[in-house]
Amino acid sequence: MPPGWRKEQPESMNWSEFFSMGGYGLYVWGSYLTALMVLGVEVVLLMRRWKSCKRINRDRD
Amino acid sequence: MNWYKYSSPSAFYPLAGKMIPWFAIPAAILFALALYIGFFVAPAMAGDQNQVYHIIFIHVAAAWIGMFLYVLMAIYAGIGWAFNARLASMMASSLSITGALFTLISLITGAFWGKPTWGTWWAWDARITSTLILLFLYIGFISLQSAIDDPRRADRAGAVLAIVGVINVPIIYFSVQWWNTLHQGATIRLLEKPEMTGPMLAAMFLMLAACWLYSIAVVLIRLRCIILEREQNAAWVAEGAA
Repeated sequence: MPPGWRKEQPESMNWSEFFSMGGYGLYVWGSYLTALMVLGVEVVLLMRRWKSCKRINRDRD
Repeated sequence: MNWYKYSSPSAFYPLAGKMIPWFAIPAAILFALALYIGFFVAPAMAGDQNQVYHIIFIHVAAAWIGMFLYVLMAIYAGIGWAFNARLASMMASSLSITGALFTLISLITGAFWGKPTWGTWWAWDARITSTLILLFLYIGFISLQSAIDDPRRADRAGAVLAIVGVINVPIIYFSVQWWNTLHQGATIRLLEKPEMTGPMLAAMFLMLAACWLYSIAVVLIRLRCIILEREQNAAWVAEGAA
């Protein structure tokens, strides 16, 4: 293993410490939630559009 | 194999359908891997005050993809205009939405980075402003296309806007060198030793690869929608080949 790849976090690291992100939780999780929401909305809207396209197509048959 | 065959929407439609899972599934795997390495392997620096660095994995990936998709959109729009290739124009329309969303993500995650590190959510700094202009160019392209009823005219008008707007991409890229900006310089430079450590670099490139594969998958799905919507009167769609 090259240096830097070892898990160097202390044994005592727990989930509440993890979520607090050293006090930067709002910013770090805010960023990832934003990304998740934007891409999630894109996927949901795209799937709806896809269904309606397929319906237009099927109605012609 | 005759590649020209696939420049026709009717031939590309089924091919795109077969390609989508090959991009969507690896995208999901790479997103998971990038987050795992970014949050559970990289926190070698956990405990100190640098945890805000976790933002850059998604921020840098989104910013690169936002710029890259714009260039790609302009190239496809240009091909569609110059060679009267309607599939290329449809590809440009499909790329515009995903590109705009990644640019939006880069701006918002940038604000989440700016507040704790520079003390401000927003600054009229060269790089931030030029990225906002990129978002406006995408929005302009999308609204221009939706404002024109005739799809081929909409394609041509969009192509002019997309090609003129391409000048903004090198401006974003070099903004941190040309002007004194609040935004820090490039984290990754070609041919230079990066400042980031192994796992952070790995998390960033995995996130970039995941966003890239995701973009290809959603752009192909949207392209298939656009093909069906625009070609619904064509014989191959009406006959149910789709």
